[in-house]
Amino acid sequence: MEGKFEGTGDYIASKALRSAVDVAVAIQRPLLVKGEPGTGKTLLAEAVAASMKAPLIRWQVRSTTRAVEGLYHYDTVRRLHDSRFGDREVTDIAAYIDLGSLGRAFEAQERHVVLIDEIDKADLEFPNDLLHELDVMSFTIPETGRVVAARHRPVVIITSNNEKELPDAFLRRCVFHWIDFPDRELMSDIVQVHHPDIERELLAGALEAFYRLRSTAGLRKPPSTSELVDWISALRHSGIPAEQLLGAKLPFLGTLLKKEQDLAAIEGEGRRRG
Amino acid sequence: MSVAGAGQVFLSLLFELRAAGVPVSTQGWLAFLDALGKGAHGASLDGLYHVARCVLIQSESQYDVFDQVFGHVFKDVPYDRKALLDDIEGWLRDPRPSMSLDPSIRAMLEELGIDELRRQFEERLAEQKERHDGGSKWIGTGGTSPFGTGGAHPSGVRLGGGGGRSALAVADARRYRAFRKDRVLDTRQMAAALRRLRRLTRKGHDEELDLDSTVRETARNCGDLEIVMRPPRKNDVRLVLLLDVGGSMDPHAQLVSRLFSAAHRGGGFRELRSYYFHNCVYGKVYEDAQFERPVPVQELFRELDQNWYLVMVGDAWMHPGELTMTSGSFWAPSRGPSGLGWLAKLADRFPHSGWLNPEPDRFWDAPSIHAIRALFRMFPLSLAGLDDLVRELPNAPRPEQRHLVHEVLREAS
Repeated sequence: MEGKFEGTGDYIASKALRSAVDVAVAIQRPLLVKGEPGTGKTLLAEAVAASMKAPLIRWQVRSTTRAVEGLYHYDTVRRLHDSRFGDREVTDIAAYIDLGSLGRAFEAQERHVVLIDEIDKADLEFPNDLLHELDVMSFTIPETGRVVAARHRPVVIITSNNEKELPDAFLRRCVFHWIDFPDRELMSDIVQVHHPDIERELLAGALEAFYRLRSTAGLRKPPSTSELVDWISALRHSGIPAEQLLGAKLPFLGTLLKKEQDLAAIEGEGRRRG
Repeated sequence: MSVAGAGQVFLSLLFELRAAGVPVSTQGWLAFLDALGKGAHGASLDGLYHVARCVLIQSESQYDVFDQVFGHVFKDVPYDRKALLDDIEGWLRDPRPSMSLDPSIRAMLEELGIDELRRQFEERLAEQKERHDGGSKWIGTGGTSPFGTGGAHPSGVRLGGGGGRSALAVADARRYRAFRKDRVLDTRQMAAALRRLRRLTRKGHDEELDLDSTVRETARNCGDLEIVMRPPRKNDVRLVLLLDVGGSMDPHAQLVSRLFSAAHRGGGFRELRSYYFHNCVYGKVYEDAQFERPVPVQELFRELDQNWYLVMVGDAWMHPGELTMTSGSFWAPSRGPSGLGWLAKLADRFPHSGWLNPEPDRFWDAPSIHAIRALFRMFPLSLAGLDDLVRELPNAPRPEQRHLVHEVLREAS
């Protein structure tokens, strides 16, 4: 088995996640990563690419994205335009074909990491349309008859926010990992990546307050890692002492809670307790 | 333990997962063997746990079941686990490793009978829960069993990357219970479920360039540009929610409000209306939960056609008398249809209708619920129930159901 994924200096991965990456690379299947927003799904691809020293190609999926866009794009409008107004030679269709994210990774001279980000945003049929290409890592461009086959099978990482369920046939071909919300220990490591010289008391106090807040029942959007990191920046910037984090009223609550209802609920509670 | 022993343990993992309703496919199983063959488990039980989970499980809603099955299978493994892990290697090196599994799976499944397997599994699960509460036999951390972290068993194998909890302890902790699909989940997941109700159609103004037709028409036009526009695709589903509030629904208020906000924010419906009622519908529903702005049901019938989807949300839990009453008040003069009659009218007007009930379905034999189930397809207000509702709504109701609705209507008139 080749080198194991250990995370990188900036990206801390749990054992389960490292193991899932290793398995996906070893058995050459796409890695599907799901998890709460803000648990670093997208960053994972960058970390894997960095640790493998492979270039990363990112394919951001939107609600209108079609599967074929990841393979290639035939610019009919451009060709139409050229045929009418241009002085270019328009009989060569190949000149109007651009490879998409997967297509470029297939044709590349070295192994790439491809991130298919937020696959659940696309239409329900989108994943099914990619099944075959991800299986055999090759496709044909019908307009020109050209076959694009992977020189090096790319490492494919797919993220989903669970907005739509993915088809079973697609799931069966993936290695699956659900990114847990980090526990305190892991979170403390993550925070220290962003704030290497943070005082021990402040870190402990902030984590304590953060997890207490997250455990409040009925929050519409519980704060995630990035909000914690921002909050700690704000705390440090204004020199708030750790003791103040133990009280009922937290400073800069708006950095942690983004929903008005959540803010109102927590502040209301603080008043009652305080 | 023999090489066959390791094979046996793995097969029981496969069978128990399947018996517990995790759809492990042959393909998934082969991938698992492939990963083991490449040494992805790093010769530790902990590694084995992670490899098995990421290859065999495809949804966080199955993590909990997986944890239980894994704990159960490997708890029964003889204590010398070093031997088991060595056996894996041997078992995989066997020239017939991945092979003949398929026929043998089938043979064994037939021999055992899936139902029997499930029964045994459930029995043991129940037993396991008790033991866990007692806390003496189930494998944990720091003990003398070879399964724990920092344990002192002579033949124990190091588990986890130092300080991490052992696979079995992790499995035992059931941290993924919250992801189970049969449990009620949050707004976002409800919205995701509701979104599947959509029916995309092209209606409205021509706002989008229809590229294919433009190319075709331009070619037909001897190369002179001929632009063709078309309306964008939009969700064509219109949904009306009728929510029971107050009284016996109070304990479910939060759940219903989540469903409500999921439908409003995430549903993406062409049109969405919601009204409130208390206990049963008697001629009027209300625009607000304080029952201050009444809307006659007849007006709904006028404004909304039969293509609207109707979702009733309520516990359908009332005194049978309340179904036969003609209004919400005991003092009102008795004329017009009864509560059940009004419900039948609704069911008749909106064939694409369903009832979400927050009460667990073991209570659904109560007389009032029974009567209402004759009129509406009823589903539990859980993620699984919502899934079923979403699947069922686009279909017309069964003829028996239509028949029952008509019968109630005849009696009411």
